[in-house]
Amino acid sequence: MSEEFQVIIGLEVHCQLNTKSKLFCGCSADFRADAPNTHVCPVCLGLPGALPVLNKKAVEYALKVAKALNCTIPEEGEFCRKNYFYPDLVKAYQITMGDDPLAIGGYIEIEDDAGNPKVVNLTRIHVEEDPGRLVHMGNKERGYYTLVDYNRSGIPLIEMVTEPEMSSPKEARRLLNKLRATLEYLDVFDPEKEGSLRVDANISIKGHERVEIKNITSYKGVEKALTFEITRQKNLIRRGGRIVRETRHFQEGKGTTTSARSKETANDYRYFPEPDLPVIRVADWVKDIELPELPDARRDRFMSQYGIAVNHARTLTGDLKLAEFYEAIAEVGAALAASWTADILMGELNYRDMHVSEVAGHADQFAELITLVRDKKITDKAGVEVLRVWLDALHNEAKSEAPSAIVERLGLARESGESFRGIVEAILEKNPQAIEDHKAGKKGALNFIVGQVMKETKGKSDPREIHAMISEILGE
Amino acid sequence: MITEEDVIQIAGLADLSVPQSELTAFTGSFNSILEYFDILDTLEIEGSLERTLFNVFREDEVTESLPQEDALKNSHNPEDGYIRAPKVV
Amino acid sequence: MADIYNAFLSEAEIAGEGDGILKGVRVAVKDNISTKDIETTCASKILKGYIPPYDAHAVTLLKQAGAVIAGKTNMDEFGMGSTTENSAFGAALNPRDTTRVTGGSSGGSAAAVAGGLVPLALGSDTGGSIRCPAAWCGIVGLKPSYGRVSRFGLIAYANSFEQIGPMANNVTDTAKLFSVIAGHDVRDSTSVNKPYDFAGLKADIAGKTIGIPKEYFGEGVDEAVSETVKNAIAKLEELGAKTVEVSLPSMKYALAAYYVTCTCEASSNLDRFDGVRYGEIAPDTNMPWHDAYTKVRTAGFGDEVRRRIILGTFALSAGYYGKYYVKARHARQQIAKDFAKALTQCDLLAGPTMPNVAPKLGELTKDPLQMYQADILTVPANIAGIPAISVPCGTAHNMPVGLQIMGRMYDEETVLNAALAYEEAC
Repeated sequence: MSEEFQVIIGLEVHCQLNTKSKLFCGCSADFRADAPNTHVCPVCLGLPGALPVLNKKAVEYALKVAKALNCTIPEEGEFCRKNYFYPDLVKAYQITMGDDPLAIGGYIEIEDDAGNPKVVNLTRIHVEEDPGRLVHMGNKERGYYTLVDYNRSGIPLIEMVTEPEMSSPKEARRLLNKLRATLEYLDVFDPEKEGSLRVDANISIKGHERVEIKNITSYKGVEKALTFEITRQKNLIRRGGRIVRETRHFQEGKGTTTSARSKETANDYRYFPEPDLPVIRVADWVKDIELPELPDARRDRFMSQYGIAVNHARTLTGDLKLAEFYEAIAEVGAALAASWTADILMGELNYRDMHVSEVAGHADQFAELITLVRDKKITDKAGVEVLRVWLDALHNEAKSEAPSAIVERLGLARESGESFRGIVEAILEKNPQAIEDHKAGKKGALNFIVGQVMKETKGKSDPREIHAMISEILGE
Repeated sequence: MITEEDVIQIAGLADLSVPQSELTAFTGSFNSILEYFDILDTLEIEGSLERTLFNVFREDEVTESLPQEDALKNSHNPEDGYIRAPKVV
Repeated sequence: MADIYNAFLSEAEIAGEGDGILKGVRVAVKDNISTKDIETTCASKILKGYIPPYDAHAVTLLKQAGAVIAGKTNMDEFGMGSTTENSAFGAALNPRDTTRVTGGSSGGSAAAVAGGLVPLALGSDTGGSIRCPAAWCGIVGLKPSYGRVSRFGLIAYANSFEQIGPMANNVTDTAKLFSVIAGHDVRDSTSVNKPYDFAGLKADIAGKTIGIPKEYFGEGVDEAVSETVKNAIAKLEELGAKTVEVSLPSMKYALAAYYVTCTCEASSNLDRFDGVRYGEIAPDTNMPWHDAYTKVRTAGFGDEVRRRIILGTFALSAGYYGKYYVKARHARQQIAKDFAKALTQCDLLAGPTMPNVAPKLGELTKDPLQMYQADILTVPANIAGIPAISVPCGTAHNMPVGLQIMGRMYDEETVLNAALAYEEAC
């Protein structure tokens, strides 16, 4: 059955490069906080007569990515025009690259769903300009129209195209995570900026037509969009339907994809060389590019330097800020810090929709928390409680309260088991069934009792100690 | 031979229309021009295309943008600093 | 109020701040060259009302040299034409005979100079658009080497061919204006750093070898025009030049290669005119965008512009790119090589600028293909990228005839010196 539905996925990833100025003009690329149409000039507004001049830094950044992803740089690269009409496109053509891209080949290493190493090949990388941003206005009664902000028009992008070699949405997600981390390590883009990484996905069930999903603006949305699309395609095939080759749009809010109208897909882009831009010959620049330590190398170093497990090392190096955060606190105890960072902190951050960069400035406080746990000043459970309080204060009030202060304020310091003997005895008395179950050899029956005690003592007790005390009381 | 239907379709690619009354004459002259272009089919291609100009760049430096007023002044009914365009949904 | 030749589309009197060699000199500017705060329409309805917020580089240089911008001149819409009849604002009239066309597309600039309205004008030349009206109105016009004058602010028709260039009543003024506008501009990636030194201008032809391409005197060239130009070449020989016959075999591909390329580039360049960001015709924003754009563009473009956009769109469309655009590129390369080769045997090439004298109004625009063929002698210099000047050399049928002198890439110096030597000897 599963053979019948072999999934084939390829990705086109667009990344905004974090240059100071735009790709073809000197307008500032740092536009997000500013009023619409204030970062525009004759060039990026497409005013008649204006001409593009290529930003050297954008080419250097693209080459850096190409080198990091093991690509080949052809001798000549040529910009061309992709002609189509859309209100976000000022010149009615996008300056991009066609038959002669900046880079070809290359690959990215990921793990497949079984955890085995897998290589996904890249087709090409090219440089192109971002269009403007549309806001859809109006209503049914008074009619719809569009408002356009051209501040984004001309922001440099690189488009990285993979071969159709991924076989599940999770693989696609891992590839994107890997790519995102690599780009971040290379310091060529800012992952925190909205829309700085955007994805189009090609997806097909083997033996059937290919569908392109456009407009996936969050990289987290990719797995969702692909999962939806696979289900849709499988159901269609099961019902005897036919998959049509088409472009679909991802509806981020609903998590669904909808068919783009045929008029959009009927585009004939009429590519031809951009006569206003000379070709680029940059193959020999590559040897002078020095790459920083990349995610895989850092992962390996974390394993050897800190002696931590591969899954922790992979998580911690999957995000540059996280890796730096970990290295800042590892001295409190590499393994404990790894577990507290990769497992507990990340879980709590995700729950709050926070990013590690929001706590990066308070690494010393997080280290203090782990130290409290390490030195048995608080229990693990109390530690998690302190972490939550600490994060909430940071998140909601932008207030950083020292963990030791939180422990004191909430009275969460670990106390020795003896002080809880009364509580333990009272709980045992109230739960004879659990004791019977335990005596009858039912595994885990005592855990319920321990849990009740933990709750009653607000986590200040150590579960192992409580366990020992129960055994002692029961005369075991 | 390009037909009148072809002309309508090609014009559509360029967001243009040719009025019905002009279509026959337009198609006629279109075909005679294309016929003239056919001389290129007799060209014997010598060697590959050479490019003569390479590597012209600007440094990544920020220059002044237009004042918003200037960016909007040639557009129709801008709204809150945005330029108004036809609907796309 | 329009002038008697309909040379100006808008008049101005904007004095430059600079104190250079054009201090106080009035210069007319073709209406496809952007002028800050002066309406710039390319003689098209679609750009009516467009006020650029910036100056073209050439205009900035004019102002720095102290020139007074006297207004914007009539032209064929977006440069597409050889008569200046394809203007949304009416044809320009030839000051030598107002029943005749000026030539084009820089016909307004030529008429403004020939009619004595201004001493100097900027034109632009994509396939002869400076030289043709210069020849037909009896003035001097120079198409510079590709890249020698910045195209920044020149509203693109066919990017890989066109140059802004000077037009004037005599070679000295032409050279002076050229010295102001030539030179490198960082905002045009195809610009080269070759300024022109006006002080170096001197009548100089003796000892030069001039190639006479036999293709420039072949079929389609009016006998009387041929005779007039041959007399001019004889004059050059009298002045000490040596002439040799040369051949440019690939010239037969020139017109097709030119029109394929320029319609392709134009179709892309002109797709941006949708009324959203500029232009008086507003799109109906409650309509879907393709429909709204189609309405604006169909109403805004004239017949010839629409024809060339549709031709270029077709030539670039899926399945035809190889047949047209790629072939044209190869043809351009061979033509350029033919010219470069001929110019190793000689210093200059000379022949007529136009195969005929200025036709009567309405005569040439009846059949588009016939109009395209009028460009046969001017187009090759744009394809080869080389400098070419048209200098008045007498008359035929009582109308002016232009002698065309072409030179090596970036060697306007030799071209202008030869033209001056000829002019002084007449």
